[in-house]
Formats: sequence, structure tokens, C-alpha cells
Amino acid sequence: MKKLLNAAVLAGIAMAGSAHAQAELSLWYHGAGSANAEEALVNQLVEEFNASQSDYVVSIETFPQLAYNDAVGAAALAGELPDILDVDGPVMPNWAWAGYMQPLGIDQSKLEGFLPGPIGVWGGEVYSVGLWDAAVAMTTRKSTLEKYNIRIPTLAEPWSGDEFNAALQTLKASGDFEYPLDLGMAWKGEWYPYAFSPLLQSFGGDIVDRSTYQTAEDVLNGDAAIAFGEWWQSLFADGMTPGTSQDAADRETGLIEGKYAISWNGNWAAPGVVEAFGDDALFLPAPDFGNGGTIGAASWQFGVSATSQNPDGARAFIEFALTDKWFSAFSDGTGLIPPTASAAKNTKFYADGAPLEVFYALSEEQALVRPVTPGYIVQAKVFEKALSDIANGADVADTLDAAVDEINEDIERNSGYGH
Amino acid sequence: MASKLTQSNRAGWVMALPGVALIAGFIIIPFFLAFAFSLTNQRLASPNPTEYVGFENYRGLLGLSVFTLQPERDDAGAVVLDKDGDIKYPRLRKFTRKNPDYPHLDGKREWFSWQSGEDRTVVLAADVVFMKALVNTITFVLVVAPVQAGLALCLALLINQKLRAISLFRAVYFMPVVVSIVVVSLLWQFIYSPGDGLLNNVLRGLTFGVFEPRDWLGNPSTALGSIMAMSIWQGVGFHMVIWLAGLQTISPTLYEAAAIEGSSKWQTFRFVTWPGLRNTAVLILIVITMQAFALFAQIDVMTNGGPLDSTQVLVFQAVERGYGKQDISGGSTISVILFVIVLCISLIQRYLTREKS
Repeated sequence: MKKLLNAAVLAGIAMAGSAHAQAELSLWYHGAGSANAEEALVNQLVEEFNASQSDYVVSIETFPQLAYNDAVGAAALAGELPDILDVDGPVMPNWAWAGYMQPLGIDQSKLEGFLPGPIGVWGGEVYSVGLWDAAVAMTTRKSTLEKYNIRIPTLAEPWSGDEFNAALQTLKASGDFEYPLDLGMAWKGEWYPYAFSPLLQSFGGDIVDRSTYQTAEDVLNGDAAIAFGEWWQSLFADGMTPGTSQDAADRETGLIEGKYAISWNGNWAAPGVVEAFGDDALFLPAPDFGNGGTIGAASWQFGVSATSQNPDGARAFIEFALTDKWFSAFSDGTGLIPPTASAAKNTKFYADGAPLEVFYALSEEQALVRPVTPGYIVQAKVFEKALSDIANGADVADTLDAAVDEINEDIERNSGYGH
Repeated sequence: MASKLTQSNRAGWVMALPGVALIAGFIIIPFFLAFAFSLTNQRLASPNPTEYVGFENYRGLLGLSVFTLQPERDDAGAVVLDKDGDIKYPRLRKFTRKNPDYPHLDGKREWFSWQSGEDRTVVLAADVVFMKALVNTITFVLVVAPVQAGLALCLALLINQKLRAISLFRAVYFMPVVVSIVVVSLLWQFIYSPGDGLLNNVLRGLTFGVFEPRDWLGNPSTALGSIMAMSIWQGVGFHMVIWLAGLQTISPTLYEAAAIEGSSKWQTFRFVTWPGLRNTAVLILIVITMQAFALFAQIDVMTNGGPLDSTQVLVFQAVERGYGKQDISGGSTISVILFVIVLCISLIQRYLTREKS
């Protein structure tokens, strides 16, 4: 019914538009059938933009997330890209490099006070901007940590690597949990580089050498990375965390059911935890394995396609969305982190004293975007496979060497990816 | 014959045109494109121009080397043993990574190795994942083709009887075929779930608690077998129906004659049923073999090729490289290799099952 209504409204606007020679803009959105309010909010955003001015009419087309990137790739080959593109932050450099997107070119003052994650920069230019960011935290219960005498870490003083390992040992020895830690190995795909590459960075390694983006040698297979790999393997060998065959349902509910003591999980899962545990819920910063604690940054963002006939209209739409009103609306509807502090104040999850406030600070202090390179798409896959293999007992140094070789070969075959 | 086809059969050609055009557009042209791409460095999305690279993609997939590792020796020349008493060898990466003395090993990885005296002989592959995918695919075909065909024949014999409610049995056996393989894979993921999954629970119940729960899909030694079992369960109904169709073409008079001659059940099957199913058997064997080579959805949904590459298969790798890693040339190369393999096997099967006149 609502869809029909939307269609009727759109049709009405489109007909009215023919008289005023309104320019039609298309927007592709990745979240068809998403469980939370995000999709409805994007639709509402489009409707309000269309009603707010008479120059442009935006029509939205939604895709299931799994098919979205393929659809964009196919549309680019066929020259059928929409005007406004929805793009995952780490994928943006690839699309910009491949010529799918053009620089955003919106008023810089609109981006003041933003967290670093939601702004997508490639080649010194802003290509995309997000209405929200996401963060991950060590999610647990205050009562659990107090019961086993584990220090509650703070942003200023996160757990050290040894402290974290000792905490896991204590929790494991208690026998009260199936596993002390839940890393979310059931979530294949982008979760691995998003959630686990920051742990590697905390050891001092990385997926690729960010000074040149031309090699992963000594970064992904150097001493720091091998130390990370040994630690990573020990988590699985010692039964600290469920492996790659983890049941997806356990990932969703294991912490709340008490199967796991600590869960490495995103802010999108936090509302459920708060609902279950109330004030007892704790969202803790990433442990510091020697190089500072780090978490991933950047979520879905909006950009303008390279072939848009009306880039001004696309810009007008994105600028229309970049207000605290919409940041707060998306945050309230989805639990995602608003990109500015002023918007955060007016949200139910991130206001002062609100249950998820800590995530804003985590994003501000610990966030580091994934490697900003067109090769990231391949590097993410290689990294995911290496981590799965190491978790399943493959030789650490050999696996990381193979990952480095594959990444370097790919960079070479792409003539350095335009860096 | 040829002149009749081309000259006085215009209506026939016109009617065939849509089918021919579709097959050409979606099968024949893409195949030639895949072959052309496999000789280039074509990417899915790239501003760089496509270049001709010759057979480099094939070398990158199929390259093999054999290398003998000599044990580490101490100053006295004695073989160094590790704390378990095994002979200690130098790390392979010393030879395969940036070692100017061994340029032919550069970037290669260990595929498998064996012990010969004090030395260890290692077979290195340029692309270990591809080699494992190749071996897994062939294993899958070798197991699934005969087992699935045999099981389907047994089911067909069982339901080829005049019993009450026999169509109910036929429907039940055929049901898994109707369900999408993606849905079946998702359901079986719950069945195979580690710890207290359905299969573990049932086995524990049947053995009165003796059975140790297993991580079916998470253990390299059981993952491929689990996927085989599921695939057979899903596909067996379809081939059962084909067998059934074959069984019903055998004339009842032959069975009557056999009964009058006093043949046993086995003799009836061996000398009446089986010869009558000859053409059906050829068809089924070829169809199952081709379907088994195309194994993809189960892997994509259930294991993504893991754990430790134990369920990597060719089609999954082709898609993973072509789309996942945007390397169209790499994916095309795997497709071409797969095509050549399937073609060879089909030709061999046709030769072995030919009508001997």
C-alpha cells in the first residue's frame, strides 16, 4: 500500500514536472529489504527532497545488498549508471578509478565537523559522503568483568594485548561460557577486513603499505603481521573463539544467551544488547596490541556517477541530505552513528548519557579507514581468505606470504592502480 | 541431406532461428569471448587498456615445479632433528621468495610433498588454490556420478511397482529437486551445524551418546564429503525420474517371457532390464558428470571454498576471480580449462559407451 502511495506521489510530481521541465534524476540504493528503518528513511528523504524544490525529481531504485555492486558494475559497462550512486566507503576508490564516479564538488563547509569515516577521498578529491558511520566495540557486561576481576578498560587506557589475552584465559578457565570471545567468524565477506584488519594494524602490520599502495611486502608478512597471525591462530587453537563454521544464529544471539562472554560487534547490534542488559551493557574500545587500538571506519555513502547528465541536481540532493536533521533521523532509525557531534546530541542513541554514546567517541578516537586504493576490493578478499586459513590451522608465514604475492601481483597487473 | 537442409527448408530455418540466435548469443559467443579474454589481461572494471598476454594466464594456473629439500645439517654434517624427532628442513619460503638462485620457483607454493630417504620432495604449484579446486572437482565427479546414478536407479526400481499410493513415494523422492539448491544449502547448513546441530543430535541419539559431535563443514576432512552427500540427496530425484522413464519403455512382454523361462530376479534385471536401459544410462552418466563439474551454489552458500581450500571447486574459483576479484581474464581461463576437461570426458564416455556394431 505504501509503495503504491509512493508511486502515486512520484507520478504526480513527475506529471507536475513536465510543465516546469523538471530534470529527472535516478538514485540507486543498496538496502532493499533491510530489516531496519534505513530503506524507509531513504525513501522519505527522496520524497522530501522532491517536495522541497521544483528543479529536480529524484526517483529511487533499490537493490538487495548482495547484488548491488554487481548491478553497478554491469550498468557501468552498459553505460546505464544512475545519477546518484550509493557506494560502500572502501569500494569508492575502485569506482572512482574505474571511471564510474566524478568528484562530488559540493560545498566544503557542509563537511565541517564530520567524523573522518563518512568522507570518501580519492586522489585528493572528495567523491562520496555518508550520512552515518559505523563502529565496532568489545561488547560485554559489566557484571561479567566484575565477577572475574577483569579491569574495565577506557578509551584513554584500553586493554593491552597481554591484559586482553589474560582476560580471555580467565573467562575460559571459569568454564561458564562456551567461548570467552565471539569474533563473528560467521559473517563472511567484508566483515573480515572491516573488523579484523584493525587488530592487525594494532600489532603494527597492515593489508598494504599505505605510503605507496604498491606493495604488501613486509607489511602483511613482516614480523608484526606474523606476530598477529600467531596470536590469531592461537585464539582458535586454544578454543577462545568459535571458528569459521560458527552458526550465524549463534553470532546474533550468543552473547545475550550467555554462550559468549565478549563479542566483537558493531554498533548496529548494540541496541539489542542494551535492550537485553540495560545498564549492564558495556561497549569497550579495541585492545592495544602495541600500536594503539584501532577500529574500522566508513560505511555506505552517496556520490555522483561520472555519466550523470545533471550533476548539479545530484549535488543538490546530496547537500539536501547533509543536515543534522537527517543525520539524527537515520541514527534514530538504524542505530548508526551520526557523522557530526552536533547531530549526535539530538539522537536517542548518541546524546550525552545515551546508551551508545561511547561509539561516537570510539569512532572519533580509534577509527581508521580501510586502505584507500582501487585494489582494496581484491585485497579485502585475499585478506579474508588468509585469515580464514590461519584460523583453520594453515601455516602463518606461508599463508601471509601467499597473500602478499597475490596482492602484489594484482597491483602489478593493474599498473599500480593509478597511485 | 545437406542440400535438403539448406535449400528447401526455409520454414524450418525460420522456426529454428530464435533458438539458434539465443544459443549463439548466450552460449557460443560468450565461449569464444572467454577464450579470447583468457589470452589478455581483461579486467571487469579498469581504465587501463586491455593487453594481449599470450598464454600467461594458463602458465599462472597450471605451472608446476618439483623441488628436493635437503635436511638442515649441523657443523658435523649430521641431520638436525626437531624436538619431536622429525628431520628439520629449511623453510621453503627461503627458496620461493626473491631468491635469485631459484628463479623458476619464484612465487610458487607447496602443493604436496613426500619423504624420500632424508630428503623431502616437494611439488610446487604456481596456483595451489586452482590445483586444489581441480582435484576437488574431479573427486566430486568421481564420487557423485556413480553414487547418484546408482542410487537413482535403485529408487526408480523401487517406485516402478504397482503399489497403493505409489505416486506419493514418487512425489516425496522428487521433492528435493523442486526446491532451489540455494534453499537446500541453507537448510543443510543447519543440519550440519557444529555442536548441537541436527545431524550431530540424531547421530548421538542413535549411538546412545557415544558419537562425538563433529564440525561437518568446518573440518577439512569432512567438508567435501558433507557437500557430496547433500548434493546427491538433492539431485537423485531428478535422475530417478529419467531412469523411471527408461524402465517404462521396456516392454512387459520381455518380463513375461523371462518369467516363463524361470529367470530369477537378478537374471531378469541383468538380462532384461539393464540392456533395456542402455541409452538411459549413457544419458544419465553424461548429464550427472556435467552437472557435477558445474558445482557452485552449494560451495558459495555453505563454505566459500574453505576450510583450508578443502571445498574449492573450479566454477566457484572462476566466479570468485572473475567477479569477486574483478579478474575477468583469470575467470575466463578457468572456464576454458573446465570446458576442455568436460569435452574430453564426454568424448571418452561416448567412446566407451558406443554401440558396438
